[in-house]
Amino acid sequence: MFLDICKKYPPTKDNLIYILHEIQDTHPQHYISEEAVQVISEYLAVPVNHIYGVLTFYSMYSTKPRGKYIIRLCESPPCYIKSSDIILRRLKSLLHVNVGETTKDGLFTLELCACLGVCGNAPVMMINDDVYGDLTEEKIDSIIDKLSEV
Amino acid sequence: MKYYRSHILVGINEAAKQAGVDVFVNKLQDQISTAGLADEINVLETGPLAFFGRGICLTILPENVNYENVAIEDIVELVEEHLLKGRPVHRLMLDSAAQFKPKFNYDRRIVLKNSGIIDPESIDEYLGAGGYEAWEKALLNMQPADIVNEVKASGLRGRGGAGFPAGLKWSFTAPLNAEQKYVVVNADEGEPGTFKDRLIMEGDPHQLLEGIMICARAIGASMAYIYIRGEYKLCIARLEKAIKQCHAYGILGRNIFDSGFDLDIGIKIGAGAYVCGEETALIESLEGNRGNPRWKPPFPGVKGLWQYPTVVNNVETLANVPFIIKNGAAEYRQFGTDECTGTKVYTILGDVAYPGLCEVDMGATLRTVINEYGGGMKKGFKFKAALVGGAAGVILSDRMLDVKMDFVSLNQYAAVLGSGAILVMNEHQSIVDMLWSILRFFRHESCGKCSPCRIGTQHLYDLISKIRKGEGSMDDVEMLHTIALTMKQTSFCALGQSPIMAIASALDNFRDEFIAITKK
Amino acid sequence: MIKKVNIWLDGKHLEVPETMTIIEAADKYNVNIPRLCYHPDLPPTANCGVCVVEVAGNPTPKRACCTPVAEGMKIVTNSKLLRSYRKTLVEMILSHHDVVCPTCSANNKCELQTLANNMGVDPDTLPNIMHKAPIDATSPSIVRDVNKCIACGRCVTVCNDVQTVYALTFSDRGIESQITSAFGSGMANSACVNCGQCTVYCPTGALRENSDIDAVWDAVLDPLKHVIVQEAPAIRVSLAEEFGMELGTITVKKMYAALRKIGFDAVMDTNFTADLTILEEGTECVNKLKSGSKRPLITSCSPGWIKFMETYYPDLADCVSTAKSPMSMFGVLSKTYYAQEQNIDPANIVSVAIMPCIAKKFEARRPEMRDSGFQDTDYVLTTRELLRMIKEAGIDLKYVKEEDADETMSFYTGAGTIFGTTGGVMEAAIRSAYTLVTGEELEEIDITAVRGLEGVKEATIPVPGFGDLHVAVAHGLSNARLVMDRIREGLNTTGESPWHFVEIMACPGGCVGGGGQPYGNNMAMRARRGEGLYHEDRNLPIRKSHHNPEIKRIYERFLGEPNSPLAHRLLHTHYFKRSVNNGQVIEEATHKHH
Ligand SMILES: Cc1cc2nc3c(=O)[nH]c(=O)nc-3n(C[C@H](O)[C@H](O)[C@H](O)COP(=O)(O)O)c2cc1C
Ligand code: SF4
Ligand code: SF4
Ligand code: SF4
Ligand code: SF4
Ligand code: SF4
Ligand code: SF4
Ligand code: SF4
Ligand code: SF4
Ligand code: FES
Ligand code: FES
Ligand code: FES
Ligand code: FES
Repeated sequence: MFLDICKKYPPTKDNLIYILHEIQDTHPQHYISEEAVQVISEYLAVPVNHIYGVLTFYSMYSTKPRGKYIIRLCESPPCYIKSSDIILRRLKSLLHVNVGETTKDGLFTLELCACLGVCGNAPVMMINDDVYGDLTEEKIDSIIDKLSEV
Repeated sequence: MKYYRSHILVGINEAAKQAGVDVFVNKLQDQISTAGLADEINVLETGPLAFFGRGICLTILPENVNYENVAIEDIVELVEEHLLKGRPVHRLMLDSAAQFKPKFNYDRRIVLKNSGIIDPESIDEYLGAGGYEAWEKALLNMQPADIVNEVKASGLRGRGGAGFPAGLKWSFTAPLNAEQKYVVVNADEGEPGTFKDRLIMEGDPHQLLEGIMICARAIGASMAYIYIRGEYKLCIARLEKAIKQCHAYGILGRNIFDSGFDLDIGIKIGAGAYVCGEETALIESLEGNRGNPRWKPPFPGVKGLWQYPTVVNNVETLANVPFIIKNGAAEYRQFGTDECTGTKVYTILGDVAYPGLCEVDMGATLRTVINEYGGGMKKGFKFKAALVGGAAGVILSDRMLDVKMDFVSLNQYAAVLGSGAILVMNEHQSIVDMLWSILRFFRHESCGKCSPCRIGTQHLYDLISKIRKGEGSMDDVEMLHTIALTMKQTSFCALGQSPIMAIASALDNFRDEFIAITKK
Repeated sequence: MIKKVNIWLDGKHLEVPETMTIIEAADKYNVNIPRLCYHPDLPPTANCGVCVVEVAGNPTPKRACCTPVAEGMKIVTNSKLLRSYRKTLVEMILSHHDVVCPTCSANNKCELQTLANNMGVDPDTLPNIMHKAPIDATSPSIVRDVNKCIACGRCVTVCNDVQTVYALTFSDRGIESQITSAFGSGMANSACVNCGQCTVYCPTGALRENSDIDAVWDAVLDPLKHVIVQEAPAIRVSLAEEFGMELGTITVKKMYAALRKIGFDAVMDTNFTADLTILEEGTECVNKLKSGSKRPLITSCSPGWIKFMETYYPDLADCVSTAKSPMSMFGVLSKTYYAQEQNIDPANIVSVAIMPCIAKKFEARRPEMRDSGFQDTDYVLTTRELLRMIKEAGIDLKYVKEEDADETMSFYTGAGTIFGTTGGVMEAAIRSAYTLVTGEELEEIDITAVRGLEGVKEATIPVPGFGDLHVAVAHGLSNARLVMDRIREGLNTTGESPWHFVEIMACPGGCVGGGGQPYGNNMAMRARRGEGLYHEDRNLPIRKSHHNPEIKRIYERFLGEPNSPLAHRLLHTHYFKRSVNNGQVIEEATHKHH
């Protein structure tokens, strides 16, 4: 399965970033496992260490299993002065997790990130590929509610 | 063209999508038809509007009324009241709190002239607005050296940060003999508070492509890459679509317009690292490596991507190019100042009445930008400070409101213009807090390659955290400055050289706040 | 011709090649620019920032290690401001460091410590922000202590670019970035081949050998144990420099004396089994040549190279000599032949090897190296560890009176001693193989074509009755790759290898540049040590292995003849295929058929 993803890209090192993105996005736990890295390493003929170094450099990748929804709340100055810290507190208490942790039901992982480039709608977070802006505590409640259904 | 009485511009962005803009537009059109106005009123889905409202935002032309946070339930009222009776619905209007009515200076726009006017997903609309004429001219009527000279003469400076003259940069790469050269577009935009490149790409992707094409021809590159941050999904989708359209129209590909010139443009995405906006780190990332900057020299213009000569330019820089080629350098120099020609795109954020996007001549004062384009302070708030240029920028106080916004004038405050972010703070906000947030950002984004920045950013964060809690002394404040200064002098790349700007400007302009919060 | 440019270094006008960096120019003219990450053997990583200098016309200082000189450049290497930046910088580095010099393996040899001392830095200016991480001691060879790492990047350059092993990488970013193996698996579960080059180039105590000093002291002080010791060729030329004697001086008899003082019960010499290796490997080579096989024979005594081969070229394992390394031959003989000769119960023998090498620690623990019925070699100490023991025992080598080694298993020839440098094994082998093929003696025995520090050396030796013998020598694993790729390509296309006989040593310069050698060494020093060995070779009475009377004796009294069944059982080995991901054995690559 990892190999199928690899094969969509020509086997050159510059495709590493895409392969990692796609492997992570398609994994139900949104992470990149050691096995995956070994498969990529063989496919691209790039040492596992190189891949590990790259993988841990970029903030979008994870080497640990995560939830179905990755919440990335922006903590950069423009969001911060629009009280992103209050949003963070709300998320923590609602989900009963700290930053970097996954909820017991495996649904949500809470992360902080740098500016998402949507500061006009600060405070902002992304959940997987979707941006949520102009966050308020009430909005957080309803977003989490909605995603927790099904 | 069909004549409409009114245009309704619907801004399509992430926030609008989240609010269900697709369904909204359908409902809106139905309602307009029901009201029998289908022939009079044109609904246009477009890129970013000139302001950042919440949720679904509309601009109604020609009267220039802006609505934000419009819900499906509001459609009936909007059509009845505004479109039929001509009475704006005040409860949904954005600018009800503005002290000034912001300017929509379409006549002084270069980069954003089509933004919010044409459908960014349609190459025909771009062509209709005179698009790709510059490309045709550059390809068929100009020699590469002419293009370089024209851009040189225009005085265009890079908009990615440092303000390096674009024509000069091209002139280093153009004469090199190499089996391959590249144009790389820096669309990594990670500077907090900055998203003008996103709005340029979302609002008018073809204009960027046209700029890339002209640059490629000027330096002799047959391949260009747009390195775009992974979060900018809408940009990626629009650019991909635009590139496809260009291929279909024979504007890109092999032997373009029978000129014998080949060019393709590819999109490459990032994975979350601010430092990858630094051009050599960006190249490393493109090659599939960790985003650690490379030493210069050699500069990318000589040895860049895969060691081939590579011109790296910012999105906004390249978006200026079609205008220059089409209208000539002299026309371009009508904008801005002698030393800093053209316009600048800003994103105005924070406590202004009209947070938004604007394009203003270089050299306008900060006061003008905030008051005329941001609608002044939000009602009930007083100006305290503005963070100009993002985290790598400076904190200016009200005494500096009359600084001219251009690469040269800002130097007197050791400030940079490039990123174009203006974050306005009101009198209740704490500078120490702001600095804390900035230094947290640097701590998070240091690539870790070099000692001064790797270790320094942690110390800066620890010190400001201590100060912020009221546990620091003025000695700690001095240490903050000493470390940042050492970082400025010894860091490998501009990231580690930057924190001094925010720190020094905060201390220069707001020292009292530090004295008040530290232990005696 | 390289163009020269005019520069002004601290006001002094100099003409230097335009290809130089500022630091190279300064070093050439003895202007000291402080540095931490730069090493003259390696391309600059430019990570530390300590080397900043002022270059006229630049608003901020430039890094001397990576800034090329340019025409008219005016450089200031020392100023009040530069001093203050450098000082703050070193204070910052120490603030993210586990500063425990007295107990550190790099103490007195540490480039950070030296710099901090020279600059008069106070480590308490800044609060220490080191969050202590566990030390990785999974590997028998190498210990990684990230708490002492200054992220200079030399080890990563050496491992990835010089050795092309790719066992180390930087992970994470910012303050969390560190050197590691993939997924923090530990060095034992990585592609690391234990060559130890990273430990030699590490400026601090962050990478070092897994030390056996304590165990060896325990054994030496245990009256019930008969502790014997062997010393590799490269050791005798690497001790002098640490005691104020000239670099490259041979101190073999002082070394024997010091070992006795430490308390070893018998002092013998690896050079003896180096001669023995020549007979075993040489015979194997001659048989291969005579059989008309187109597959080359490749030397096998460098365990770093062997693990590398098992990881990256297992398909060519059958080209590699089955002869064990001199150390392991010694180990197995110490518990068989020696035990028998001296009438000692091998169970009471503790066999210690002093090696320039940290891969030997791994080799000693390979399950194949138990042909005596015990672990053949009990402990391997590096040159650095021996030096520490000598100093701990309060011995100053300079003033020690020379002594001879014990009689058994210690006599050696010039051929045995040059094993310690690149090209030495090849030269020694040719001296004997020539005789094995032709029955005549080779007259011109200085085979200079295979000497020196060029990465890959080739030579053609006319051998009467055989024709031209094509040989190649590679040192450093990136060079090994060049040679192996050509062999693989040759065998896969024409079915022929470009060479008949190939010597490969894992370490640049061979064992004189081994991973266990004293800190602070560079290629120039390695060359000097190599010259020391050639010097000893020239002055020894016997210079060919097959003329070693003790070797003749051991065949007569014990082994029979080269490649005899007993020799095969004790002195030869076989190889495995290993995973490039974690270095673990996957399957046998060649087999041992008895
Ligand atoms: C830490 C850092 C981040 C940067 N981020 C960006 C960025 O997001 N976008 C950009 O265009 N330039 C960025 N730059 C500047 C680029 O290195 C480079 O100067 C620029 O892309 C050149 O384009 P220009 O000449 O058109 O301005 C950054 C520089 C640094 C040091
Ligand atoms: S200054 Fe910071 S971001 Fe730049 S190379 Fe050094 S550690 Fe990396
Ligand atoms: S690495 Fe150097 S500075 Fe650090 S503890 Fe060891 S000797 Fe001291
Ligand atoms: S500096 Fe040396 S002598 Fe002084 S206390 Fe420390 S170890 Fe002892
Ligand atoms: S011992 Fe050799 S192979 Fe192992 S990490 Fe060090 S340099 Fe790499
Ligand atoms: S382990 Fe040593 S060589 Fe490697 S980066 Fe750290 S200090 Fe440098
Ligand atoms: S060549 Fe190196 S490994 Fe072989 S015996 Fe000599 S010192 Fe030891
Ligand atoms: S070359 Fe010598 S020191 Fe290096 S690994 Fe081989 S035997 Fe050991
Ligand atoms: S006889 Fe056995 S031990 Fe000897 S070389 Fe052949 S396979 Fe190896
Ligand atoms: S600061 Fe949060 S999205 Fe830009
Ligand atoms: S020696 Fe130049 S940066 Fe370290
Ligand atoms: S500290 Fe000097 S260039 Fe590295
Ligand atoms: S190969 Fe024999 S000495 Fe290393």
